[in-house]
Amino acid sequence: MLIAVGSLALMGLALGAVLGTAARYLAVAENPVESQLKEMLPGSQCGQCGFVGCAQAAAALAAGTAPVTLCPPGGRALAAALAAKLGIKVDLSAVSDAGPQVAEVAEEICIGCCRCIKACPTDAVVGAAKQIHNVIREACTGCGACIDRCPTEAMTLAPIPVSLQHWVWPKPVLAPVGAALREA
Amino acid sequence: MGFLDRIFREPRWGVHPDDHKRPAADAPLRILPPPARLYLPLHQHVGGAARPVVLVGQKVLKGELLAAAQGNISAPIHAPVSGVVSAIGEVTAPHASGLSFAAITVESDFEGRWIDTDPVADPFALAPEEIARRTALAGVVGLGGATFPAAVKFALGKRLAVSTLIVNGGECEPYLSSDDRIMRDSADQVVDGARIVMHAIGAREALVGIEDNKPEAIAAMRIAAAAYPEVKICPVPARYPMGSDKQLIQTLTGKEVPADARAAEVGVLVHNVSTCAAVHKAIRLGQPLVERIVTINGGAVAHPGNIFAPLGTLVDELLAFTGLLAPPARLILGGPMMGTPLLHGKVPLVKGASGILAFSAQEAVIPEAGPCIRCGNCTRACPMGLLPLEMAARIRVGELDGAVDFMLSDCISCGCCAYVCPSHIPLVQYFSHAKGELAGRERAKLRSDAAKRLIDARVVRLEREAREKSAAAARRKAERAAAKAKAEAEAVNATAATTTAEGEPA
Repeated sequence: MLIAVGSLALMGLALGAVLGTAARYLAVAENPVESQLKEMLPGSQCGQCGFVGCAQAAAALAAGTAPVTLCPPGGRALAAALAAKLGIKVDLSAVSDAGPQVAEVAEEICIGCCRCIKACPTDAVVGAAKQIHNVIREACTGCGACIDRCPTEAMTLAPIPVSLQHWVWPKPVLAPVGAALREA
Repeated sequence: MGFLDRIFREPRWGVHPDDHKRPAADAPLRILPPPARLYLPLHQHVGGAARPVVLVGQKVLKGELLAAAQGNISAPIHAPVSGVVSAIGEVTAPHASGLSFAAITVESDFEGRWIDTDPVADPFALAPEEIARRTALAGVVGLGGATFPAAVKFALGKRLAVSTLIVNGGECEPYLSSDDRIMRDSADQVVDGARIVMHAIGAREALVGIEDNKPEAIAAMRIAAAAYPEVKICPVPARYPMGSDKQLIQTLTGKEVPADARAAEVGVLVHNVSTCAAVHKAIRLGQPLVERIVTINGGAVAHPGNIFAPLGTLVDELLAFTGLLAPPARLILGGPMMGTPLLHGKVPLVKGASGILAFSAQEAVIPEAGPCIRCGNCTRACPMGLLPLEMAARIRVGELDGAVDFMLSDCISCGCCAYVCPSHIPLVQYFSHAKGELAGRERAKLRSDAAKRLIDARVVRLEREAREKSAAAARRKAERAAAKAKAEAEAVNATAATTTAEGEPA
């Protein structure tokens, strides 16, 4: 009996020591959730959340110091996905979701200063000095990084018009359960 | 068909709504006088929209190419009348959203002059590829409503070595009778078209499935097919959705098409009877698809029946031709189970439109939906063996992934579940909504992946530019240093030379 207790205690101590050492020397530097969150964020580094880029926002989300509703380009869908990932409940009704947007150039005001071109994270703006610029709609993520750079306010964000291919049947509106019972 | 046969072949899925096909199905086919103006949408089929090849003001003949196919899956559009192209612009689409899409407008000159057609006397002497090519050029698409380009399906059937062609004469949707009418009036064309399709895909036999509520069509088709033992007329029980390809294949051959697989992968290919007649016209007569038979039916129609009308005719003009008893309370393109509600009648007739239903206020009542009582009727009715109540409950709370786990992707949107629901829950609308949302998510994901690639490319570019800049700066600095050294060396040399010169004895 003493031998059994002794050997188990020894094994416990030895394995505990191994685990303790492993935890110190093989520690993961980055929170794995952080890189997963970073994958989910748009990655356009637009800075609308107040952080320098998406990586910093992901770090703050993982640390729990930023709300899941921080990303305006991601909208409601991203907020819901982030909340699901982090296992928290969030009231999404307050999240303003303008739907997908793209930048547009008002050609009559554009002076061809090239500032928006430098700001665009996806190289979606084309143009040259003193030439009217334009936005490649397919490449624009609607992050809005170009909007504040424009000295003449020629850049605006506009919602992507709904086309036949993108139209979605609306969800049926149901009378609240119990309404029929109350009437009866 | 024996008694046992009857028991075993009677499908356990589906519903049997009152079919309302007569008297419209028994009324003789009427021909619509071509209207003054026709609107030909560029996108009347599955796949890429056609590309216009005419200019505004150009004169066209009947059957002339207006827009060519674009991409691998697409179909061309032809002029249904002779006349002048008066506009290329947007018209309201025959779609529940009421959004617009691109269309070519043709003003008729009422002469109906055809282009020079290229008829083929013996299609069976042609190579299968040539038949597929001619069918593609004639703009023939699946006329049962799916509007998949027929020639693309031929190539698929040929590639997968399909042995059986199934000719779909099911027409299980209530109210509709355009397929019934084409089998009664032009059975020869349907059988000939089916034989041409068999030749094009290399099939050995053709099974024509016709619901047993169309005895006249079965009789006419039997007479037409009497000379061809490879074309078998097979009456099938009248049960909705028998006209859906998976259900018809299962009833006729006993094979079940696996989820996420095509019918051709189990060795069969399905074509509608009207598509077969269109293939006959395209090959034997060289005529492109510019007209079709459309059923006009419903309680608000004065003289319901089938109309042979040019594509691009406005729905209002068709309804004016048959007469209206009252302003329709609801307009539907297609059948009442799966059709598209129309916001108004100023939309053109398209290739896939088998019927237009104008319902009276009495027929158009939508009962108020109540809570689910978990009776399970929808589960029994579902022809795909799904659990509609479970899927709808998840979609209702926005849990789309939960619905996907219940195989939402297998749903064929037939509407059986909503039809049998005692609480009148609009189940199919939930599924249509969820399918659209999921497709939108998929698109958003593709878009964000593309954006990430662009961002990475930009970072690489900025780094390269910075590297090149610093390299150029270093090079310039080195050049400057070299120049300076050279200049100094020269200066030293010059001084030395002067000294030497001065040092020399004069």
